[in-house]
Amino acid sequence: MRFSLLALGLSLFALPLSAAERVTNFMLDNGMEVVVIEDNRAPVVVHMVWYKVGSADEPEGKSGIAHYLEHLMFKATDNLESGEFSRTVTENGGQDNAFTSYDYTGYFQRVAADRLGLMMQMEADRMVNLALDESEIASERSVVIEERNQRTDSSPGSQLQEQMRAAQYQNHRYGVPIIGWRHEIEELGLADAVAFYEEHYAPNNVILVVAGDVTPEEVRELAEQHYGVIPANPAIEERARPAEPRQLAERRLVLRDNRVAQPYFSRSYLAPERNAGDQREAAALELLSNILGGSGATSVLGETLEFDQGKAVFTGAYYTDQSLDPASFSLVAVPSQGVSLQEIEDAVDAEIAAFIERGVDQEQLDRIKAQWRAAQIYALDDVNALARRYGAALTQGLTVEDVQAWPDVIQSITGDEIIAAAERIFDRSNAVTGWLMAADTQEVSQ
Amino acid sequence: MIGRIFAALLALTTPAWAEVNIQEITSPGGIKAWLVEEPSIPFTALEIRFRGGTSLDAPGKRGATNLMMALLEEGAADMDARAFAEARETLAARFTFDSFDDSVSISAEFLTENRDASLALLRAAIQEPRFDEQAITRVKGQVETSIRSDVKDPDEISSARYFELAFGDHPYGTNSDGTLESLAALTAEDLEAARLAAMAKDRLFVGAVGDITADELGVILDDLLGALPESGPPLPPEVDYALPGGVTVIEFEGPQSTALFGHAGIERDDPDYFAAFLLNEILGGGGLESRLGMEVREERGLTYGISSFLLPKDHAEMVIGRVRSSNETIGEAIDVTRAEWARIAEEGVTEEELNRTKTYLTGAYALRFDGNSRIASILAGMQQSDLGLDYIATRNDKLNAVPIEEVNRVARELLIADDLHFVVVGQPEGLASTN
Repeated sequence: MRFSLLALGLSLFALPLSAAERVTNFMLDNGMEVVVIEDNRAPVVVHMVWYKVGSADEPEGKSGIAHYLEHLMFKATDNLESGEFSRTVTENGGQDNAFTSYDYTGYFQRVAADRLGLMMQMEADRMVNLALDESEIASERSVVIEERNQRTDSSPGSQLQEQMRAAQYQNHRYGVPIIGWRHEIEELGLADAVAFYEEHYAPNNVILVVAGDVTPEEVRELAEQHYGVIPANPAIEERARPAEPRQLAERRLVLRDNRVAQPYFSRSYLAPERNAGDQREAAALELLSNILGGSGATSVLGETLEFDQGKAVFTGAYYTDQSLDPASFSLVAVPSQGVSLQEIEDAVDAEIAAFIERGVDQEQLDRIKAQWRAAQIYALDDVNALARRYGAALTQGLTVEDVQAWPDVIQSITGDEIIAAAERIFDRSNAVTGWLMAADTQEVSQ
Repeated sequence: MIGRIFAALLALTTPAWAEVNIQEITSPGGIKAWLVEEPSIPFTALEIRFRGGTSLDAPGKRGATNLMMALLEEGAADMDARAFAEARETLAARFTFDSFDDSVSISAEFLTENRDASLALLRAAIQEPRFDEQAITRVKGQVETSIRSDVKDPDEISSARYFELAFGDHPYGTNSDGTLESLAALTAEDLEAARLAAMAKDRLFVGAVGDITADELGVILDDLLGALPESGPPLPPEVDYALPGGVTVIEFEGPQSTALFGHAGIERDDPDYFAAFLLNEILGGGGLESRLGMEVREERGLTYGISSFLLPKDHAEMVIGRVRSSNETIGEAIDVTRAEWARIAEEGVTEEELNRTKTYLTGAYALRFDGNSRIASILAGMQQSDLGLDYIATRNDKLNAVPIEEVNRVARELLIADDLHFVVVGQPEGLASTN
């Protein structure tokens, strides 16, 4: 059987108007920004409060406080007992959780649409009425240390990533892990949590995202009732974090650990991120990552290193497009049995040089763009992911307009722009290279 | 307190959920499927499952089913792996081929505007996979990496030992990736035999959700699956859970120990299953409010998370759980877990716990139906578990109808603290293997 599909790929996937995402945004008088995404297929809603504060906003010496506070937000307030928030969500047939990143801290509940007011009432309560108690501080800190043990210290791969970030960022707090350094987590206390809470938790530092079976009018009315009455904190300002100095030389790390079964090579480059009204360079880098590492069978690194040369069992390229401050573009290659890390690193570098030399394969770029167009259709099936997309963007310096423009910017990027972006990004003096290897391996870094 | 007032007011009303309108269809060629028409987004999610899974691996061919499923998208008909991937990317169709102990699955999402071309491609993968030598070598390399990584991953080490101790030579007791030796020996002929064994029409379950009609789906299913064998080889035998209570410690470097624990369980079609399901949610369900969550995490700060599950497989049943804690505290975490296991068996649950859990489980049920792919997967799973078309509509009423006496009887019968076996991987202090 023969497929003549390429001809189909180019003109496909005009997004039907009926399928476009229905997004409304507005601001409350106290400066709280609200995004509503309508999806009436099921009478369910996701309610998310995103604070524009993350681990990169922590004071020196207090790493982990943003995440620790996120845990403590489930404890007592002036009006709720410790644990009562989640218990109430549960008793209403809902689910809740929270997350912390470098640039944001988010809290969410998924629940029947008619329970939205209750969620807002409780979320507004803990925005200003948290009543932490010394007795709960210690056990929750132990929980966080166990979380660090599980996520980071039990995994040499995670430890390498942590070390590589610390090497990548010498001045910016992106170099400090979100969960915090262990010795600093151990010293975090009640006063630290309260100070961070009072400084950052206020309605004018929040993006509220409500997605599901609601109307913008309902959301506005409920939001004004519950959140609108909380006064803004005038001390909250735009975030301005220290910038990285110019990097002069490549930084290299080798992490050796008995627990490593599969050695690998990883490289990260400091990279520009998406900025409001200015997303072209980022779009070119996003497509570059798709071209280099998006698919084992058809990406540049996969085809060459996995298929043709058989030197790798896995290759990948990753770009962090959303970030408040400069982000990273990274490459990973897991060598086949018998291939050394130096060989695989050299093979990756050689293939990237060859790629820049020969330019972008237009058919590959067309296929990738076809998938981006289709992704807009598939995305409508997951309202939770849409809600996260808007919340993350708006806490990382982007606007609703930027989010909606992004697919079109992606479609407009040319192969030449991608090569130009590749030439700018692949500068070893702007990079950190990491090798993960078993403790008893002889190979040494160059 | 405000919180109490919320709960008191709202406990009186149950959320109203929309119905999921399932049609049972039969294709012209006799293939049954469950369908939910959802035309608002122009794509369809299709979930295809076959009972059997990696447990059908022939003697000496461990790893064949897993490798076969991984190779379906690595070349079919006149396309090699690259040509197949290029065709799929051009159509922006999404295919996932997966294998489990008791089933293999094919999950597909495809756009309405190029549905026929997408399905022609999927049909090629299912009916005409090539198993090219080069593709076999490459994917074997990936599986080999997975096997090597598993022996250095503490969670995987604990699972592997636990299931080996519980099930011995039965397929449940060994790694479905195979061993390095069995994997290396697999040939294209083995893979073709595994394909014909794993995908037979007498053990097929299909769920479809999206922009498609019953008539369209019928034609598609005949085209996709009609040529598959009518029946497959015998399923593996039932197996007795053979692991007595105790502790097995496996030394592994790191700050934290991980423990997989459990004992024999309850079958999915047991009349007590709903009671057991409620019981487990109270004991070790996902939320922090479970007894294990409260006692091990919230009260004592011994772990980031602990939970327990009912694990009814096709040929054996278990109640299992996992907890991770620092090497200094894993012993205490295990003691508390055993004590809670014994306490709930002895004292039962309270009315308040049971009511709260019913409210949660019945309310949260609808949250699962949040997207075409997830609903398609649920539809296939319901058929696999032999649940009726009316299950979604009646499931909450059945849960609500379980009386506390039944939950507490099941607690006494099912949860036996002395039968718990903990496989602990790490450098646990004050903990040694029992014999």
